[in-house]
Amino acid sequence: MADKNYDVIIIGAGVVGSMVARFLSRYKLDVLLIEKDSDIGMGASSANTAIIHAGYDPKPGTLKAEMNVVGNQMFDQLAGELNFTFERRGDYVVAIGPEEFAKLESLRQQGLENGVPGMVILNGADVRRREPNINPEVSGALWATTGGICDPFGVVIAAAENAVVNGVTLMTDTAFQDFIMDGKHIVGIKTNRGDFSSRWVVNSAGLYSDVVMHKAGLRPEFKITPRKGEYYVFDKAEITINNVLFPVPSATSKGILVTTTVHGNTIIGPNALEIDDKEDRSITREGLDEIWQGAINLVPSLSLRYSIAEFAGLRPGGNAPCENPDVKYNKDFIIEIPKQVEGLVNLGGIESPGLSSSPAIAVRVVELLKGAGEKLEEKSEWNPIRRARPRFRDMLPTEQKLLIENDPSYGRIICRCENVTEGEIVAEIHAPIPARTYDAIKRRTWLGTGRCQGGFDTPRVVEILARELGVSPLEISKKGKGSEFLVRPTKDEEAE
Amino acid sequence: MLKEKYDVIVIGAGPAGLAAAIEAKKTGAQEVLVIERAQELGGILQQCIHNGFGLQIFKKDLPGPAYAQRFIDELAGLHIDTLLDAMVLNVTSERRVYATSRWSGFVELDTRALVLAMGCRERTRAQIALPGTRPAGVYTAGTAQRFVNIEGFMPGKRFVILGSGDIGMIMARRLTFEGAKVERVLEIMPFLTGLTRNYVQCLLDYDIPLQLHHTVKRIIGNDRVEAIESVQIDEQRQPIPGTEETIPCDTLLLSVGLIPENELSRKAGVSLDPVTAGPFVDEKMQTSVPGIFAAGNVVHVYDLVDWVTQAGLLCGRNAAQYAIAERKHHGRRVKMKAGDNVRYVVPHVLDKESLAESAQLLQMRVTLPIEEPVWVEVMNGEERVTRKAELYVRPGEMVNIDIPQSAYDAVQRASELSVRVVRR
Repeated sequence: MADKNYDVIIIGAGVVGSMVARFLSRYKLDVLLIEKDSDIGMGASSANTAIIHAGYDPKPGTLKAEMNVVGNQMFDQLAGELNFTFERRGDYVVAIGPEEFAKLESLRQQGLENGVPGMVILNGADVRRREPNINPEVSGALWATTGGICDPFGVVIAAAENAVVNGVTLMTDTAFQDFIMDGKHIVGIKTNRGDFSSRWVVNSAGLYSDVVMHKAGLRPEFKITPRKGEYYVFDKAEITINNVLFPVPSATSKGILVTTTVHGNTIIGPNALEIDDKEDRSITREGLDEIWQGAINLVPSLSLRYSIAEFAGLRPGGNAPCENPDVKYNKDFIIEIPKQVEGLVNLGGIESPGLSSSPAIAVRVVELLKGAGEKLEEKSEWNPIRRARPRFRDMLPTEQKLLIENDPSYGRIICRCENVTEGEIVAEIHAPIPARTYDAIKRRTWLGTGRCQGGFDTPRVVEILARELGVSPLEISKKGKGSEFLVRPTKDEEAE
Repeated sequence: MLKEKYDVIVIGAGPAGLAAAIEAKKTGAQEVLVIERAQELGGILQQCIHNGFGLQIFKKDLPGPAYAQRFIDELAGLHIDTLLDAMVLNVTSERRVYATSRWSGFVELDTRALVLAMGCRERTRAQIALPGTRPAGVYTAGTAQRFVNIEGFMPGKRFVILGSGDIGMIMARRLTFEGAKVERVLEIMPFLTGLTRNYVQCLLDYDIPLQLHHTVKRIIGNDRVEAIESVQIDEQRQPIPGTEETIPCDTLLLSVGLIPENELSRKAGVSLDPVTAGPFVDEKMQTSVPGIFAAGNVVHVYDLVDWVTQAGLLCGRNAAQYAIAERKHHGRRVKMKAGDNVRYVVPHVLDKESLAESAQLLQMRVTLPIEEPVWVEVMNGEERVTRKAELYVRPGEMVNIDIPQSAYDAVQRASELSVRVVRR
């Protein structure tokens, strides 16, 4: 019945699925990672605030709190092994006015309960000194020294690439359709590209994790409600905020941040709007107005004149009650091997702090498999190191010179705002996980993200992709089938 | 072969850069280099295959590439160095230029005078915070123009164009020629923002509707644009509820303004005018950094290429003079100020002695259209220095006025001159 037998199939190559694949690639297992989109990391992992949270925010006793704090601590080693950009620069919860200042201590207590080290409460003068652009009414801040920022696309790509190099099979444009059952045993899955048999299936389908578990007859009451968050991105030449600034959180949200990114751009957002459509990443006037109001409360000197991009992401918010009966909370992560069926590792509701938690979740999945009797023998040839490819704009002139001497295509700039070279683009097209669309190259190289938003590079990237993939420019798309840039050659009216 | 030291380096080989390099060489600069990021000289003119270029300078109606070719040919005969398909990464205030290309590798060059002629870029969807999804099929008009005219591909079949800028209107006609359907052009302002002649020749002649006071409320479609929702806006630029209309289309083109491209100027420490988004310049097109000059759309956005060429010539001449001999500094300068219905005036300052040599050209854009005869007046307080009659003024069309040499004495008395546009 099946094309091939696997030990483990992972559904969904977002940050969680990719991280699970990477940690499983250590063992003598045949692993298949499937992704319904044209590239990895196109769902919740593609649009978020890029923060590795310290862990003071989740409610104590929940899986969210545990995974967040453990995951956070794993990021130094992981960034070292996988060579993605990660900066542990600390974050601030900023209190404006005296009432908010009182809330900082309870937040710190919550952090202590969760096991967060290195939290300090600063007074207003300290905060003003550290971030001169802050609202002058600042009364203080909780400084969490373990907070960090990362390249969220880089994390997914590095983890999945390391998995693939260590033997995991990745299939994109491959959508899960149903489980193949033998009694209560899951023995495989059906996809749009055929059936695959497997002893284990990991549900890391993110926004669609509810749909997947319902197919196995699990947790019929569990529902993912996408929560949209919108963002503004600012020109780094015009606005420089050097810190990660949270407002004092509300009951429902960590609130609207003003934060720097590893790419140097300041971003503001997100708001939090529950919607029905799992693909609705549209930006709205009302949403943009909301994040603007939130942001200028922290940094009044921001100016919309210097906005160079707006985007929206969807958090896969769930409604699972906390496993710990003493903790009243019903939006916890699901990380389980359910008893009702056999052969499933079920993950669900992995919203924020999902990125921060992802390595801890991967380790937990490995432990669950071991607990279920899997031997998990280590491969002697497993290589935990994934080398980064050259990034021209981050180099010193002397390094740039050397790079171009070795390969002249690194001397040709394709993205004028972010200084991304032809050499970098070609390297990504021929990487272990090939970048085959414009957006795939964008997520990997940061091309097209600057002030001209791809106006200059788009025709050139289409040309390079067509040349390197050996296809017509008409086949080159922004983000997969249906999003091609071009419709026909000119002087071809008969095609109309 | 590149030299290490130049008299004049010009960054950008569009109309401003070409003119500046040619004139610098003719003025006496020995070693002149033009650096261009495209694979050929000519800048954006190479993709502007429509006519309308050269009416002022050559008294001929030329297509863009033909206009550019006249300068490219002249440049070729003058032994001017060129570095093509190259990007300037950095420029210092001491006029050291760092550039890279596949052919030259990473190079460091010094120059006695530097001409900034990087042109401008298009405003994007993000800069007007256009709501909706982010599918394929949203292009700036210039990007679409490159796809059609250079790459030979159509970026869509059914178009809506937002903004009545010149490139948008020209693309409306071009796409129609190629068999595409242009549903309409939407303009948020109550007036046309491009040239009237383009409205007549590109929209009216092809029955493409223009809707003033309209904008795009949101973009629809996840993978590819499926439609846009338009909305009428009121005098306060607020959407009028109930006027929404869904227009099916697969492509949205944006022609919503141009921004001078000054990232390198900033690196060189050049002061920028927040109104023009270009450098502050004097009548010699010199910026706030001595020895660094600027010309063309990098200073302010022109509507006619002929004026860009003129600015390039002026700039190249002065850059060469700076490079080969210390220029006289009189230090007696008069500031130019934008008065009633004037958004900005270029140059920003004028050497009072410059009028001893020649009349001085002022260029400006008005804030609001006046569709009746006006005076363009240069004032020193209540004293009128000079004035010029125009039949009308429109924001889409640059206004020029000369301060004649006869105004020499009046200018000596002034510390600041203001320019205003008033009804006759």
